[in-house]
Amino acid sequence: MKRYLIPIGIFVVFFGFLAAGLQLNPREVPSPLINKSAPAFTLPVLGKDNVTFSPEEMRGKVWVLNVWASWCAACRDEHPHLIQFAKTQTTPLLGLDYKDKPEDALRWLKEFGDPYVLSISDLKGQVGIDYGVYGVPETFVIDKAGLIRLKHIGPVTPSVIEEKILPLIKKLNS
Amino acid sequence: MIHTLNLRQYQSRALLRSVLTSACLALGLLAPGATLSAQEARPVAEDPALEKKVITLSNELRCLVCQNQTIADSNAELAVDLRNQVRKQLSEGKSDREILDYMVQRYGEFVLYRPPFNYKTILLWAGPFLLLLIAMFILIQQIRTRHKHLASEEFNPTDLSRAKALLGTKSEGQS
Repeated sequence: MKRYLIPIGIFVVFFGFLAAGLQLNPREVPSPLINKSAPAFTLPVLGKDNVTFSPEEMRGKVWVLNVWASWCAACRDEHPHLIQFAKTQTTPLLGLDYKDKPEDALRWLKEFGDPYVLSISDLKGQVGIDYGVYGVPETFVIDKAGLIRLKHIGPVTPSVIEEKILPLIKKLNS
Repeated sequence: MIHTLNLRQYQSRALLRSVLTSACLALGLLAPGATLSAQEARPVAEDPALEKKVITLSNELRCLVCQNQTIADSNAELAVDLRNQVRKQLSEGKSDREILDYMVQRYGEFVLYRPPFNYKTILLWAGPFLLLLIAMFILIQQIRTRHKHLASEEFNPTDLSRAKALLGTKSEGQS
């Protein structure tokens, strides 16, 4: 009996590892930017020609940065949830319009609604690279000291907002 | 009258045609210059040595959109952007190490197509050798116990004498 226990034991351990591995999402690459300061930039604000924005301006506030684009299909899926989130006014929601034509972006916001305090226009995608963006939409939560505390890759869902984003914001604000 | 007028019309048309032809020729002479400048605008042909370095380094970087390709193989938009980034930084004189660090800072170690050897990847690199060692240990143990088992096996005396007798007669018969 004992001689069968060892192979079965090994099999169970391997099975466990493989089963756990299958549950992981390979597209979710952990960001090295967590708990690091949000990269600095100065970029024009979408739809306002002479206004620029820099993350420095948000010092002392917990804020959410959502990377979106009018060409991004998944952004449409998350958009209603962002509008819902903006309505609660828990925290400022800013958009980073990633590699998009401003006129397309503005039309898109007009059509689907604009949940953002403002959107930043990243025409060349340089800020996207600095923030390690690889799958639009992505959502960052940035704390009062300007540190990135959460990066969510892919569209946010009500459960992501309820279970990940809101509790974190509450914790960071307290 | 009508005939001469037509002739004159014809002559003016011929003149126009020759003017147009020479204009075309003049443009044609300018054309090589025009195509030359168009080629210069293409970044790929600009510096073959640089381009080779860009490709070598791009082969070390994973495309995060299409994860089992390098950014050299992929035509995803992000891969193109990152290749341009590599090209830009190489032409600024940055070293390979600096560029790889730049990418790791933004995308994490996963961006490196060849996983580095460190405490996080130790199981990945050493795992197969560890399994081999364990397997060899188990094998040696099993051979040893079997050997001991055989060596220490006791025969009962009647069996032993019978075996001896059989062997004895056989060997006697053969010789």
